[in-house]
Amino acid sequence: MKAFEPQIIAFCCLNCAYSAADLAGSLRLQYAPNVRIVEMPCTGAIDHRVLLQAFEEGADGVFVAGCLEGDCHYLQGNTRAEKRVKALQKILDETGLGGERLEMFNLSTAMGARFAQIANEMTERIRLLGPSPLKSKPKGGGPG
Amino acid sequence: MIIAEQKPLKEVADFIKDCNKVLVAGCGGCVTVCLSGGEKETEILASALRIKRRIEGKPLETVTYTATRQCDPEFIEAMESVVRDVDAVISLACGVGPQYLAERYQDKPVYPALNTKFAGGSRTHGVWEEYCGLCGDCILHRTGGICPVIRCPKSILNGPCGGSQNGKCEIGQEVDCVWQLIHDRLKRLGRLDLLKEIAPLKDWSKSRDGGPRRMTREDVMI
Amino acid sequence: MKLTCSKFEQILKSGRLALTAEIGPPKHTSPEGVISNARLLKDCVDAANVTDCQSAVVRMSSMAASLHILQNGLEPIFQVTCRDRNRIAIQSDLLGAYSLGIKNVLCLSGDHQVFGNHPTAKNVYDLDSVQLIQLTRRMRDEKLFFSGEAFKAYEPRFFVGAVANPFADPFEYRVDRLEKKINAGAEFIQTQCIYDMERFYRFMEMCTRRGLHERAYILAGVIPLKNWRAARYIQTKVPGMIVPEDIIRRLKDAEDPKAEGLDICVEQIQYIREQIKGISGFHIMAINWEEAVSGIIRRAGLCRSETPDKEKE
Repeated sequence: MKAFEPQIIAFCCLNCAYSAADLAGSLRLQYAPNVRIVEMPCTGAIDHRVLLQAFEEGADGVFVAGCLEGDCHYLQGNTRAEKRVKALQKILDETGLGGERLEMFNLSTAMGARFAQIANEMTERIRLLGPSPLKSKPKGGGPG
Repeated sequence: MIIAEQKPLKEVADFIKDCNKVLVAGCGGCVTVCLSGGEKETEILASALRIKRRIEGKPLETVTYTATRQCDPEFIEAMESVVRDVDAVISLACGVGPQYLAERYQDKPVYPALNTKFAGGSRTHGVWEEYCGLCGDCILHRTGGICPVIRCPKSILNGPCGGSQNGKCEIGQEVDCVWQLIHDRLKRLGRLDLLKEIAPLKDWSKSRDGGPRRMTREDVMI
Repeated sequence: MKLTCSKFEQILKSGRLALTAEIGPPKHTSPEGVISNARLLKDCVDAANVTDCQSAVVRMSSMAASLHILQNGLEPIFQVTCRDRNRIAIQSDLLGAYSLGIKNVLCLSGDHQVFGNHPTAKNVYDLDSVQLIQLTRRMRDEKLFFSGEAFKAYEPRFFVGAVANPFADPFEYRVDRLEKKINAGAEFIQTQCIYDMERFYRFMEMCTRRGLHERAYILAGVIPLKNWRAARYIQTKVPGMIVPEDIIRRLKDAEDPKAEGLDICVEQIQYIREQIKGISGFHIMAINWEEAVSGIIRRAGLCRSETPDKEKE
């Protein structure tokens, strides 16, 4: 039996988190290969529905990574994202999936090492939590 | 607008626990504006219900649809095709929506996903407050445009009562004493004389106390 | 035109300083406590208020308790709030109370039910205190029900009172509101209890300037405090009351807080008698301390045998 390898989706803002991920790559830093990155203009553009969809389609964990507090290129984007993530964590708790599978992180464009650390942290957290409870369960037919 | 708030997910999920396929119906009217039952909230609710049911081992199929409004028969009519094959309908409209749906689709259980709360407006983004008491006999012209029927917890018409302190109501610091507001407004307008008049007894039969109300316009009836 | 034989009204009319106390009905069905309080108070005060589910806590009805004290020698002032009854029930109660011999009524809005033990109850507030005053007077003076329908006979002929709170806001409007109640027909006024003398002085000055003390009898309310905790409770938990910090300090520092509390009360009464114009009497609210009332009256020189006519004009 294959060991469980978490599938993590990361929504990263272009200005900070995505660039940091790039930097991690240029620096040849090793980090968990489990993370798939989705580029966003700003974490402020994150929609509850997209995050829910990631889980419904099989993600074991999801994180949103944006700029450091006060440094958002669009001023308040990361603040709004933080609030949405918190609200969604509550909803995920209520569904039984668990809000701990969703997280928000803040970092700057120069923090390549931090990005690697976040990727590893999240992967380990999800590894301990186990596969998403949705993985083994069939769907009920598509959303309308 | 009518302000409503979503019921807890557990409560809504419980309504449909024996259903396999449901319609989750949003409303493009008031609840879209107060962010509790519009297209986005409808899709989020549908997704949350699907996730919950999948984990419980009893998957749920959902159909989502956001009506222009759920308080006009023509928009309810238009939903015929999406209502047809479902076991139940969850309505994210104010209390009017589920009732209209239930009336039109008599063979389908209809469940409310929202608790309808009050008639009000937004204060700032994300904060809505009750402003109108729907009393059927508006007296705003006598109170400087501020409603004591609903904004005073005692509906006092000759206020303030003795519990007003520092501009706050006796029931809590977060509630302004509306009669303080009325007094200040009338003072500003130079109309404190209005407060000398004794406001007469209210005709509550024009409010909910007289029974369900109806309004007509003969000239537009077909 | 008026045929009320309320003893309370007679005393006020005679120009003597009137004295009233307050009785809170019990949270059960035994009238023993009310009756013993009535017996304690009947020889030192002219009448006693019987509260109507004070603080929205369910208690024996004001009408029943009023009858108990009436039957034991003390004249009741029947308190009616607007919180729990609509106009139909209120009028019905007024007819019932009058039929039992109750002749004085105090009209109040009533504390909101959020303060009491049934906060989820529906509140009524069909009318407010000003409307209640006006319509109760109209019952007597024009023999009309609130709806305008005429009485065929035996209309209730109450001596109608109201409360004034000089310590609520907006301060500048409080005298206007008192005037409004007097215009509506209030014949006697009991103020909320006074600790802030300066504010009360200013309030009464405005009232007397408008001649309000000549149109209605104004009684000053006082509450003797047993200890600093009671003072703190009133300061923070009772709507519309002001208790200055130095009163609380005096009680905290006192060796015998009860004695200190009585001292403070007597001082207040004396100050008001000497310094404040327009007062026709005192309303001593010694809830759960009814036995203190006779002592306070004696020490303040208000005993029946000694009380002179109203001094200041």
